[in-house]
Amino acid sequence: MSFMNRALHHPSFVLGGFLVALLIFAATISLFWSPWPPAELDIPNKLAAGSSQHWFGTDSLGRDIASQLLVGCQNSIMVGVIAVGIGLLFGVALGLWAAARSGWVEELIMRGADFAFAFPALLMAIILTAIYGPGLFISIAAIGVFNISIFARISRGAAKAIWSRDYVTAARAAGKGTLRITLDHVLPNIASILIVQATVQFAIAILAEAALSYLGLGTQPPQPSWGRMLNEAQTQLFQAPMLAVYPGAAIALSVLGLNLMGDGLRDLLDPKMSRHR
Amino acid sequence: MSLFVVKRLLTFLLTLAAASVVVFAALELLPGNAAEVILGDTATSESIAALEKKLGLHQPALRRYGTWVGGLVRGDTAISTSYDTSTASLIAERMQVSLPLALIAMLLTVVIALAAGLYAASHHNRAGDVGMMSLSQLGMAVPNFWLAILLILLFAVKLHWVSAGGFPGWREEDGGSWFEAIKALILPAIALAAVQAAILARVTRSSVLEVLREDFVRTARAKGLSKRAVLWKHVLRNAMIPVVTVMGLQFGNLITGAIVVENVFVLPGIGRLVFQAIANRDLIVVRDVVMLLAATVIVISFVVDLLYALIDPRLKVSDV
Repeated sequence: MSFMNRALHHPSFVLGGFLVALLIFAATISLFWSPWPPAELDIPNKLAAGSSQHWFGTDSLGRDIASQLLVGCQNSIMVGVIAVGIGLLFGVALGLWAAARSGWVEELIMRGADFAFAFPALLMAIILTAIYGPGLFISIAAIGVFNISIFARISRGAAKAIWSRDYVTAARAAGKGTLRITLDHVLPNIASILIVQATVQFAIAILAEAALSYLGLGTQPPQPSWGRMLNEAQTQLFQAPMLAVYPGAAIALSVLGLNLMGDGLRDLLDPKMSRHR
Repeated sequence: MSLFVVKRLLTFLLTLAAASVVVFAALELLPGNAAEVILGDTATSESIAALEKKLGLHQPALRRYGTWVGGLVRGDTAISTSYDTSTASLIAERMQVSLPLALIAMLLTVVIALAAGLYAASHHNRAGDVGMMSLSQLGMAVPNFWLAILLILLFAVKLHWVSAGGFPGWREEDGGSWFEAIKALILPAIALAAVQAAILARVTRSSVLEVLREDFVRTARAKGLSKRAVLWKHVLRNAMIPVVTVMGLQFGNLITGAIVVENVFVLPGIGRLVFQAIANRDLIVVRDVVMLLAATVIVISFVVDLLYALIDPRLKVSDV
């Protein structure tokens, strides 16, 4: 069966793909249109229940919840793309370098990656925020730096396995240099592993940014963010409990979609590393 | 074996030292200096000069680093600028909340994950397995702080079983009791454990399935042991290695998760302390707490490495 055919018959990939497509679609729509301007205050209409005017009601300042949720998609996608991008760019380069060179270069890079695990994204964000003050850029940087160590480990492990293959020996015998072999043979062969990991890290980045924004260390007003919406909703828990439900559901559905898609891709791209044995 | 321990111990100490340099250096790279950041834009030059003197900023960096690390080792730490007590006593006080919270959460994680993982593996590809794995997929997607809010919504707002947050204290003198204290920690611990258990259950399941396919399992079954006996006697022990590894890795998540969840429940723990320290620009507290948390992660991964060697005697020094 072709890849497309197999993909369409893979339940978790289909469900995950649908949720991710929905997230991307919502973010794209929100670039041009939202039911209301997301930051527009309407105090007389505060804490309104869902209606045809305000689908999910309004918050304590009368802002439209549906519009904030919609525009919040942009934020989540942006954080995911940049944080995973940083991890892929530097992490894969370091991992490939470590695998190609071995010896002290490898030792140094891998010990560095081990070391980075002592500073989870939130801890890093706390130090950076204490120094530079809160902001979206800080939280993306903190998540991205942590991703570097993850991608470095994964790509080095996968690349090591490729380096021991016969076709790499053949390429070496044919006179190809280390860089050429890495680009022509190693990188294409570990790409599927990296794609799967990128999907998973994307989900983790969304969760981390939401947590940072909930604490007030991430996205700053007036830019809508699901994490901060939850923070504001918590103060209204007794008056308007549903305000605390929507943004969390948006986060959970996005993460669920990405995780399912990652699982599906893992099965589809490389049956050998499938989790569903 | 002993060489392995020495090698690991050396790496552990080096990592710890490197972490302290990173934390110290990060705050050295401040725009302006620590005193200016702590006091903010409205500070007078006299007050900045006074705080600089108090913080010892006139001394060379290397000397201050030495004083800091020496203080951490002896437990004689710097004085917080916002609380006016030593960070060590602040941390010790807050640990009375954070440590039990982490332990309860870890306990819940392990119990739920092992039960769910074993159940799923022994019902491989049947409804129980699929249901359990769907549940764990959901558990991984739900942010812990949202689950925390939902728990508050259900148990405090709707059912009035517990208060929406806060911590009564462990002792009668403080107006609390150990029962009330545990009660206040249960919901935060569940919120923390749910996500971790979801991940660990999957690891347990796949690890058990892997071992179930080994020859020795077939042999054990062939010699007449029941399925249950094989599972408990042979499979579980062999399946524990990846489980313990992931548990170690999860500890980092547990710590950062606790920072967020403590804030949801307004628990006066380490997470709340560091969060308030950021708001108060109390860099002394931020520095020491971050160092403590990083050190905890490093210590845990060192312990996991040692456990590794204990659980699996096949591991040779060269493999690790």
